[in-house]
Amino acid sequence: MRYIDHHAHMVSRTTDDYQQMSLSGCVAVTEPAFWAGWDRSRAEGFEDYFRQLTDFEPKRAAQFHIQHYAWMAMNPKESDDRELSREVLKRIPKFLDKPTVLGIGEIGLNRVTKNEVDTYTEQVELALAHKQLILIHTPHLEDKLKGTKISVEVLRSFPTLEPGRVLVDHAEEHTLEMILDQGYWAGLTLYPQTKVSAQRAADIVERFGPDRICIAGACDWGPSDPLAVPRFIMEMRRRKHTEELIHRLVFENPVQFLSQSGRFKIRPGVEVEASVR
Amino acid sequence: MRTPSPLSPKELVDEYFIENRTKILEIAAFLDRLDRADPSYAARDFRMKAFTEALSALTRKGMRLDVIQMLLSDPTTTPLESLDRKSALGAYDRWSQEARS
Repeated sequence: MRYIDHHAHMVSRTTDDYQQMSLSGCVAVTEPAFWAGWDRSRAEGFEDYFRQLTDFEPKRAAQFHIQHYAWMAMNPKESDDRELSREVLKRIPKFLDKPTVLGIGEIGLNRVTKNEVDTYTEQVELALAHKQLILIHTPHLEDKLKGTKISVEVLRSFPTLEPGRVLVDHAEEHTLEMILDQGYWAGLTLYPQTKVSAQRAADIVERFGPDRICIAGACDWGPSDPLAVPRFIMEMRRRKHTEELIHRLVFENPVQFLSQSGRFKIRPGVEVEASVR
Repeated sequence: MRTPSPLSPKELVDEYFIENRTKILEIAAFLDRLDRADPSYAARDFRMKAFTEALSALTRKGMRLDVIQMLLSDPTTTPLESLDRKSALGAYDRWSQEARS
């Protein structure tokens, strides 16, 4: 089955991972800007990273017939540093014209500090000023509930923001309703430990239905799985869900959300092939 | 629109019993391991206090997962004044919060 992984940190993965993803049906990935696992010392380091995301990574993915798109942002983990954040935000607009950039992301909160909220709010403003889609990271573990509540509150303070142009990622059982009820898209990211498993993601779909839900692996430099989406497909098949429902979750839904950017276009023929299966 | 599992209750048990049997034995082994190290420790560590409450929630019918998610979550709504650490710990220390208030 053809699928799209809307959240994959491919700079942290090997070319073998691209190959495995391609072999398992991946036709496109979108890569949000994120924390490298350590704090960068200056804004120039982010600029190089943004060039890697927009120049180098699409070529690497193309070798395996995977389309690569990116999101620009100051990530939540480093966003408590206000001075660094302001410098990084100044550098983002020039990347927004790149042909594979879909919007601002992943922005959001980590430990939910006042500084993080300020940087997050400025990035929502930046997205609105440049008419960009928004991809939101929600915090880990015990911080997820509080962080998601405040992230949604901030979004609601922008009356001109169209909810359907925002995807709130890393949703779990206790945060999904507050995301969907406000009209945002929700992402379920499949992690071995700290987010949802393929089984729980399937449970969530059974409880809440497939509307405005996308599935991603969010693979990165930590314990994570570049083949998480195919494992979700297997889990759904294990439960005898229809191919139509699975296809909607892993292909049609991400296409619907991402296509709002105007830049996200599936390679000619792939969409037809995916629908025929 | 909900999309319930097409599997019957028996099929669900047939399909998932063994892997969940494994998981519950892993939890039991972890708790025994901790007791062997120090039988009184779990009562002092906020993560284990939350974990123990979560285990109790397993025995109640209905919405177990939602209850456990809330037991492990920070229920407050005020941002922190400053960054204390980078990473989450997996459970919220409401016992020390209660002691302070």
